[in-house]
Amino acid sequence: MLHRSLIAVVAFVAVLALAASGGAARHAAAFPVTIHAANGDVVIQKRPTRVISLSPTGTEDLFAVGAGSQVIAVDNDSDYPKNAPHTTLSGYTPNIEAIAGYKPDLVVVSNDIGGIVGALQKLGITVLLEPAVDNMAGAYDEMRQLGGATGHAEQSTKVVGGLERSLTKILRSVPKAQRHLTVYHELDPTYYSATSATFIGRIYKLFGFRNIADAADTTHSGYPQLSAEYIVASNPDIVVLADTVCCGQNAKTVAARPGWGGIAAVKHGRVVGVDDSVASRWGPRIVDFARAIAAVARKK
Amino acid sequence: MAVDSIRGAEAAVRARGVSRPWRLLAGAFLAGSLLVGLGVGPVGIGATGIVESALSHLPFVHVHSPLSALEEAVLWQIRAPRVVLAAIVGGMLAIAGSAYQGVFRNPLADPYLLGVAAGSGLGATLAIAYGHVGRSGQLLPLASFVGGLTAVAATYVLGRSAGAVRTASSLVLAGVTVTLFLTAIQTFVQQQHTNTLRDVYAWLLGGFSTASWKQVAVAAPYVAVSSLAIVLHRRMLDVLSVGDEEASSLGVDVPRLRLALVVAATAGTAAAVSVSGLIAFVGIIVPHTIRLLVSTSYRAVVPLSFVVGAGFLVLADVLARTIVSPAELPIGVVTAFFGAPFFAVVLRSARTMR
Repeated sequence: MLHRSLIAVVAFVAVLALAASGGAARHAAAFPVTIHAANGDVVIQKRPTRVISLSPTGTEDLFAVGAGSQVIAVDNDSDYPKNAPHTTLSGYTPNIEAIAGYKPDLVVVSNDIGGIVGALQKLGITVLLEPAVDNMAGAYDEMRQLGGATGHAEQSTKVVGGLERSLTKILRSVPKAQRHLTVYHELDPTYYSATSATFIGRIYKLFGFRNIADAADTTHSGYPQLSAEYIVASNPDIVVLADTVCCGQNAKTVAARPGWGGIAAVKHGRVVGVDDSVASRWGPRIVDFARAIAAVARKK
Repeated sequence: MAVDSIRGAEAAVRARGVSRPWRLLAGAFLAGSLLVGLGVGPVGIGATGIVESALSHLPFVHVHSPLSALEEAVLWQIRAPRVVLAAIVGGMLAIAGSAYQGVFRNPLADPYLLGVAAGSGLGATLAIAYGHVGRSGQLLPLASFVGGLTAVAATYVLGRSAGAVRTASSLVLAGVTVTLFLTAIQTFVQQQHTNTLRDVYAWLLGGFSTASWKQVAVAAPYVAVSSLAIVLHRRMLDVLSVGDEEASSLGVDVPRLRLALVVAATAGTAAAVSVSGLIAFVGIIVPHTIRLLVSTSYRAVVPLSFVVGAGFLVLADVLARTIVSPAELPIGVVTAFFGAPFFAVVLRSARTMR
């Protein structure tokens, strides 16, 4: 009797162990993973649970792919989402000691400022460099990389698919006749702009808009400073203000600028203010940006 | 020795003012610059169009402007205020530079010597970082103006408290101290607000890309009053050029004269900086050019500095907006790019003259 129950117990334990090992095997299949990031192939041994993001876009991506609960600290410029663990860590003047003090198992950066990638790796900390991209494909790649690195590969693929579908729908919502409008993207009130070669410029290109900054970028910087005269003479159909938060610009201030009252965008109510930071990042909220642009582009 | 100096002082005071040809030449240079400034831009507007359009704006002249509404707006709302603003800022910086060089008997003195630049820079940075104003806001010029004046006031107090030696050099050293201190604060604030980095940077480089008649109206009164004050003291600058003691022995209240000139030059400079940002070299290049070409007497240097400085900055701005047209270069790049080599020439010729 005792013998029998012993066998039963042993069998039960064995089954449990098997189940557990099977589960472990499934988990082990996801990790280690190799991520092809900008700092080369990065091997991540196990699912990170102490992630630091020093990149505002990286922070938005991590939360979008469902890795938010694994993030323990974000830099002082990461202001979205609101529930991210904001700290005073800086992505511009990173302090290695302060970062290491959080005992992170993964650090996401968008710039290798001051050799931070190498310095953190020396301390045995895994680093993913996810720099600024210049097209949507690059942005999607980074979302999938961050998903894969944090054990959310599947979800990140789903998120990217959703973004792609939304963007296609938004692009189609603008009728063909309105696809040839000219656009002026304003970065600050001294008329710095962005050409079609930049990430934000590519979005306008997807719509089919003509960007007035293109002809002005004689030095191919991507971000020329235009003269007021040139902007007014180009008579843009759409004016996009990416200096609403920093510099308080809006449709009214644009209309009040000397000589600007007569341009097409002002006359047809196609001056649109966007969140500065959304327009300067390459994260999932770019779809919201595209939606705002489409809304004014549809105006006859 | 003392007799020699006094004789020297008298000679300096008797030195001649601006001769007629130079006066005409400087005037022609300024007029030419203004016309070029008005005529050149990304939007091509012919000379006759500009003249007829200008006439059409005059009362009792019945000429119809041949320009479209857009060209009218470009010419009179965007280009014209830009040219005028560049002229008054250039004139102010150059005349203030000449006054500072005279007051401190230092050929390297420029209008920013006593901390105006650092103070204005800090004021502007604070306004951009905490005021969320951007460059077109009203707060920015005010903050930069107040910052500039405060910095120079601090320099003056520090320089006076430096001891019995109330000489020019203790003021200059105080200026260096204040500049370094304020620059440190400015850098700190800027580094803490990296999102405003480009705004601050654009301001520090200076420029007229957002010039408007409103800015002209803001700066013009200060520039007029302080330039006039400096022009009226031009003979005194000649007296001062022979030395504090010698000037005192001629009956000049040196500390008071110095204060008056510094206040005038500073108020004008701060007003100019508040609408244009920091523009390097104008205050040094222009007075030195006049010294080399025309006369070392302040009776020539002071008035000519204003006229030539105005023309120079208008031309520099034309380059700033045409070299990479229709994009823009920061004007500080243009003035320094032409200013630095020029300054090397000035230094060389000064050495060979000795």
